[in-house]
Amino acid sequence: MMDVKKLAQVAGGGGAKSLQIQAQISLPWSDAFRISLKSVVLRLGRAAITATGIILGVAFLTYVWSDRIFSEGVTKARIQQEQTLAAAAEAVRGGGKPAAGGETASGTATPAGAERPAGEAPAPTTAGSEDQERSARTTWLVIMSLLVCGIGITNSMLMSVTERFQEIGTMKCLGALDSFIVRLFLIESVVVGALGSVAGILLGFLFVLLYYGVKAGFSVTAKIDWAELSGYVLLALAIGTALSLASAIPPAIRAAQMPAAAALRTEI
Amino acid sequence: MAKYTCPQCGEQIETAGIVTVCPQCHADMSAVVEAAGHALRQRAAELIRDDSVTTHEYIVRTRGLTKIYKMGDVEVPALRGVDLDIRRGEYLSIMGPSGSGKSTLFNLVGGLDKPTSGSCYINETDMAQLSAHELAWQRCHTIGYIFQTFNLIPVMTALENVTLPMIFAGMSSDEMLERGRMLLELVGLGGRLHHKPHELSGGQQQRVAVARALANSPAIILADEPTGNLDLHTGKEIIELLKELNVESGVTVISATHDLKMIDVSDRIVHIRDGRIERIDRREDIELEVGTMGGEETAV
Ligand SMILES: Nc1ncnc2c1ncn2[C@@H]1O[C@H](COP(=O)(O)OP(=O)(O)OP(=O)(O)O)[C@@H](O)[C@H]1O
Ligand SMILES: [Mg+2]
Repeated sequence: MMDVKKLAQVAGGGGAKSLQIQAQISLPWSDAFRISLKSVVLRLGRAAITATGIILGVAFLTYVWSDRIFSEGVTKARIQQEQTLAAAAEAVRGGGKPAAGGETASGTATPAGAERPAGEAPAPTTAGSEDQERSARTTWLVIMSLLVCGIGITNSMLMSVTERFQEIGTMKCLGALDSFIVRLFLIESVVVGALGSVAGILLGFLFVLLYYGVKAGFSVTAKIDWAELSGYVLLALAIGTALSLASAIPPAIRAAQMPAAAALRTEI
Repeated sequence: MAKYTCPQCGEQIETAGIVTVCPQCHADMSAVVEAAGHALRQRAAELIRDDSVTTHEYIVRTRGLTKIYKMGDVEVPALRGVDLDIRRGEYLSIMGPSGSGKSTLFNLVGGLDKPTSGSCYINETDMAQLSAHELAWQRCHTIGYIFQTFNLIPVMTALENVTLPMIFAGMSSDEMLERGRMLLELVGLGGRLHHKPHELSGGQQQRVAVARALANSPAIILADEPTGNLDLHTGKEIIELLKELNVESGVTVISATHDLKMIDVSDRIVHIRDGRIERIDRREDIELEVGTMGGEETAV
């Protein structure tokens, strides 16, 4: 059981405690990471709620971007197919025997597709402005969806910080500086943001992959501009993480700056 | 001892405490005292190097401490001028009815909140003059806090809770684990190092909190109703633990409480009511009174 005499020895301090006040207080990044990760893992429910906002936002973003890349891939595939068909038709015509099959094929692909020098066909002006309008609408949708997600994440971060006022107050009693508290929350939000973004990217990408795979056959993957896609994936990861970080900063700073007594008093 | 020179009449004032007005010409001395604050700290640092003089008699002193909470337009005065000197190594209980300002006083002494007016000195250093870093250092090294609600970090194990203040103090990881383990063993929780707070009983949680409070060898243990959430027996255990620590290591214990059990172990009992010190009992006096007539004579 307890051995208080020994405890008192170990605790030492007391009367002989030095009077010198210093200003060296530290929280090494490695410890901060350990504490934050632990906090995420052990509060998975809360992290999942925050992450859901990020997952949905990033999934939509990834969906929009990979949808464009896939549809370009599909168009490319179709144009190639047309070219081969046209060449085949040419060859058949050259042979003097009009083949009904070939003509129907090229006919269904694009009206007058055979006559058009495929690939370099200037798009009709009406289609161009329609395209522009559509992409403007998409951009608008993406921005709106990110905004909505941002608000959702901020809300959930706010909750997550508020839930832990007591903990924040306690840490300050133990000698934590305001910046330690902010650091812990920022690491947490980056971890949750990055994981949520990865999940969102997978979700958005898989959706598009399945959609185009089923519609146009999984061979389209060969025609996809993977370099462009991975660029967008990285961008989505960065946006998701930044969104999570940005929404965590204000509540974290506010909580950290609270007097310890106020933080300790709050009950939820 | 601090020496101040009156800006008006040049009077030399030597005191262990502070002066607000010159005793000679009643000129305002606050500016001089404030300027001396920094010098005082440096002197304290020098004194440390000279091992013979390391301590002041009073570890905590408050002067005219007031705290007014503003709730919208309403002002709630929680403390209305508290002057209290607490000796090094003393076991002091603060008693008073609910809402009398015990926790408020505790927060001000512990540097967890700022007074509306008045000052609080720990080791003759005005808390108001400390930078954020110095204040954090003081919370980390000089004061150990114990709460009614234990306030362990819920996601951390007992050992992690105890080592957290050591991380802030910059202790090496090995040293930290060894010390944390030893402290927990010594409060009788050697078998619960890796238990989370919710896996421990209230009494066990409070013992973890005591071990945590001792992490960086504090000079003061501040306990706000440490037995408030414990049953009679467990509460007694915690009080005895604190008392023995106080006797064995000379750590100053300041405890806010409703708990009459505390009277037995306290060197002095400060009764506060409506934000003021109503009276201060010394244990000798109480024993005497109880022995003679059990009256409620005020003894200061
Ligand atoms: N943050 C705050 N905001 C407003 N009023 C407060 C605040 N903290 C304390 N008070 C008020 O100050 C007074 C003193 O409160 P305090 O918590 O110090 O009492 P206490 O003696 O610790 O009581 P208890 O024994 O119930 O813990 C009370 O009237 C309380 O309502
Ligand atoms: Mg209280």
